[in-house]
Amino acid sequence: MMECNKLKRVDIIFCRKGFDLFEVVEKALSRDPDDLISDMIDSGLKGRGGAGFPTGLKWKLARNEEQDEKYVVCNADEGEPGTFKDREILDQVPEKVFGGMAICAYTIGAKKGYIYLRGEYNFLIPKLTEKLEIFNRSLKQIGLDFTIRLRSGSGAYICGEESALFESMEGKRGEPRNKPPYPTVQGYLGKPTVINNVETLVYAFMISRIGPEAFKEMGTKDSRGSKVFSISGDTPRPGIYELELGMTVEDFVNEFGDGDTKAVQVGGASGGCIPRKDFPNTIIGYEGIPTGGSMMLFNSSRSMYNVLHNYLEFFTEESCGQCTPCRVGCQQLLKGIESVKKGDRPPSYLRELVKLAKTMKIAAKCGLGQSVANPFVSIIKNYKEEIIH
Amino acid sequence: MSEYKVNLKINDIPVTVDAGTTVLEAAKKLDFKVPTLCYHTDLCIAGNCRVCVVEQVGAKTLIASCATPVSEGMEIRTNSKLVRQARKHIIELLLSEHNADCTKCYKNGKCELQDLASEYRIGDHAFLDLVGGRLGMVDELSPSIIKDDSKCIRCQRCVKTCAEIQGVSALTVAYKGDRQKISTFLDHPLVEVICTNCGQCVNRCPVGALVEKNYVDEVWDAINDPQKFVVVQTAPAVRVAIGEELGYEPGTRLTGNLVTALKRLGFSSVLDTDFTADLTIIEEGTELLTRLKKVLVEKDDSVKLPMTTSCSPGWIKFIEHFYPDFISHVSSCKSPQQMFGALAKTYYAQKKGIKPESMVVVSIMPCTAKKYEADRPEMRSSGFKDVDYVLTTRELGMMIKQAGVNFQNLDESPYDSIMGESTGAGVIFGVTGGVMEAALRTVYEIVTGREVPFNNLNVVPVRGMEGVREATLKIEGCQPEWDFLEGVELRTVVAHGLANARKVMQAVKEGKSEYHFIEIMACPGGCLGGGGQPIPTNPEIREKRAKAIYCEDENLPIRKSHENPEVQLVYEDFLGSPNSHLAHQLLHTHYTERERF
Ligand SMILES: Cc1cc2nc3c(=O)[nH]c(=O)nc-3n(C[C@H](O)[C@H](O)[C@H](O)COP(=O)(O)O)c2cc1C
Ligand code: SF4
Repeated sequence: MMECNKLKRVDIIFCRKGFDLFEVVEKALSRDPDDLISDMIDSGLKGRGGAGFPTGLKWKLARNEEQDEKYVVCNADEGEPGTFKDREILDQVPEKVFGGMAICAYTIGAKKGYIYLRGEYNFLIPKLTEKLEIFNRSLKQIGLDFTIRLRSGSGAYICGEESALFESMEGKRGEPRNKPPYPTVQGYLGKPTVINNVETLVYAFMISRIGPEAFKEMGTKDSRGSKVFSISGDTPRPGIYELELGMTVEDFVNEFGDGDTKAVQVGGASGGCIPRKDFPNTIIGYEGIPTGGSMMLFNSSRSMYNVLHNYLEFFTEESCGQCTPCRVGCQQLLKGIESVKKGDRPPSYLRELVKLAKTMKIAAKCGLGQSVANPFVSIIKNYKEEIIH
Repeated sequence: MSEYKVNLKINDIPVTVDAGTTVLEAAKKLDFKVPTLCYHTDLCIAGNCRVCVVEQVGAKTLIASCATPVSEGMEIRTNSKLVRQARKHIIELLLSEHNADCTKCYKNGKCELQDLASEYRIGDHAFLDLVGGRLGMVDELSPSIIKDDSKCIRCQRCVKTCAEIQGVSALTVAYKGDRQKISTFLDHPLVEVICTNCGQCVNRCPVGALVEKNYVDEVWDAINDPQKFVVVQTAPAVRVAIGEELGYEPGTRLTGNLVTALKRLGFSSVLDTDFTADLTIIEEGTELLTRLKKVLVEKDDSVKLPMTTSCSPGWIKFIEHFYPDFISHVSSCKSPQQMFGALAKTYYAQKKGIKPESMVVVSIMPCTAKKYEADRPEMRSSGFKDVDYVLTTRELGMMIKQAGVNFQNLDESPYDSIMGESTGAGVIFGVTGGVMEAALRTVYEIVTGREVPFNNLNVVPVRGMEGVREATLKIEGCQPEWDFLEGVELRTVVAHGLANARKVMQAVKEGKSEYHFIEIMACPGGCLGGGGQPIPTNPEIREKRAKAIYCEDENLPIRKSHENPEVQLVYEDFLGSPNSHLAHQLLHTHYTERERF
């Protein structure tokens, strides 16, 4: 039997009632860092930035590094098409993000933190700066030697990839690094660094408040807790929703669809496209279709050729260009579907392109090139006719 | 070396290696060759071409073997189905954006991508041709280097070379995605930017995107012109490297065969840049002693110490761009190549009764910057262009092959006279530290009347491949006229590769150095690692060439520049004394401040 939940709204991320922010921080700081990490591991929280790495484990790895200088970085680059939840979180509950960073800093032993803010979100800077000043001061008062600063991003999608983000912060060209070493060993300035998504940090903060049990009660075995979704496309109710993980796409579409949903793109351009026939048996979560939060609904008026073409144009432009499979592969996929559409290449050429996409998935240097196959293969597989004709 | 050992299996064969070893190196240890393109032993790991991907059992993706350190219990497959498919795709992708006009390409037969394509039998392109818009994006304005973007495969070796080895960063990565390219400041042509023409990028380009500007046809035309008297000079580092172009092991000494081959090619006279290397030592040594006297005795502020060498044209352009305030520290001596050209069309022409206007001076150099140097407007002190054409070691290799000269079977011949006599001191100009060593051999002896206090004249402290090497030599027992140097510790430093030159210059700029004399060579290892040398050039090969150079030195009967009889003769018959008026006119030059982009 497939373990799944019913669609349920949750109010954790944006909730501000019933507690004092600083009390939560202070309480966390009074505990043993190892206990905090155990809680985090126990909660089952996984990264909400897309890759889904267990947060507690990430903190533990950074804590185990014996280095004087360590960093906490909040990834607020939010470049995934169709995602806008981090902006909302930073706008509405920035203190909770700061709180999550402070708790992380305490557990791993970092003195400096940075928020890498997407260039397009510069309008948030005055407000964030003001709030940060107060927050930093309060941290001093409770005796935590940790300061958070803001960094404005360079405007490229690839700079959201953690190692490219560090390069960019170091004033270099935003190109992903070779891994290993991972950020917890050599991150910003070559020092152990925890980099977490905005939302992840808020959940980490809230787990310190409500405890791992309450978090873990929600969701499924592989996908604990809840998640903030950015819902867009052909839906009567676009916007930001916090939902328990583990529902089926069917449930989701019943709630957010317009009655004519033909496909849902889960996880933005780098995610997979779920066709109607798979709605009932696809779980939204790490065991099914993982997502950084973007849910885009398409109804039958949409051409899937155009959808795929858009994504491929996006990747062709946003690839950093350093590695062969991605730089050239993206162009080949894009030009390839164009040439099949025009009839310059036979429909069977799509098979070659699918093979190429699979090579990109395993041979590209970073997550960008590796994930192009997600939309490509799922759309070609399910909507071949629309691509060819 | 690490004390930790790591056990892993590659293609089911167990192997134990030091922790920190890469998968690529471990595979090599077991004689499994994994192809590479962006990888180069001189450079930091890029891991971007992805040609070296291998399968790690249990991992979700393939791994770049050049960039991945081994870990305990790892199981690697270097030739699985998955690996072969991925590798083939990657090669096909590279070919799809590469102007694969192989038969018409200057690098035909010497291209790493072509080799891979042939190993993997890539036939008709599986993918669409993406070269389109980049066809014709060729920068041919530099006298040294041609950059053809339509052939570039974006491996970034050149960018890393320019930044890591040379600290110049004339080449950078610009734009992203499908527009990403290797560019210069605002995409200006190479002649207009801080490029030093060193050609280290050319030496590392796996394809034909960066090549030397070649003058082979011009030289053939000169040779074939009965009106012309074509003189050729060979730089020290060529004789220990030309063999690599012709099937010999690196480090094979081929001086005598080289001379014979040049004669067979039809040059009217085969002479040696080593001769003017020796002459440089006399001129530069005299200049150093003069500067020391002016600073130490006469307290003349207008004279600058430390003095730096000036033989390396890449270094000269570097200092003109990056440290223009220190131009007065550079010796005014021309490089041996240019001293040769100036003397060839004056002294040699007179002695041999040849009209200088009918002379063509060709140099065979390990260097691409020499092409630029010969073009500098200052280099016309004979009244003509002193050096007409500069060929790299590689171009000479081409000529020898084109002429059908069977190098392996040639007898050895001596250089022609005059201007063909060389000493060991002249030969070691080809290796980092060599100019310093040659200068010390002469200067010390002039000042003290005794040989340098090192066993067999080998000034070991200035030798080696360390990037920056300091050495101090105490001067004792001076001749009366040099008694102001009595007890002086002559402080020297040697640097090679411009990133190292920058370190030294930064110390000088910040007043942190108390050097008297600085030797700088633009290229790693000195000229033997020059941009015009055979490809590949890497640390191991540089070591072998260096060994050959020192061997050449030890085997020559005369090993001190001031004892070169032809050098003594040129002063007696022509120049008068070192740093004389005529010497200044012909053998010295001046430098130009340049912009910094
Ligand atoms: C091309 C690319 C873009 C990314 N952009 C973002 C982003 O905008 N925000 C984000 O949090 N993570 C992004 N990531 C994921 C990060 O690399 C990293 O996994 C994440 O910040 C880790 O935080 P988490 O564990 O809290 O999810 C991106 C990854 C890739 C490959
Ligand atoms: S996969 Fe794409 S974005 Fe990532 S390193 Fe390679 S070229 Fe850059």
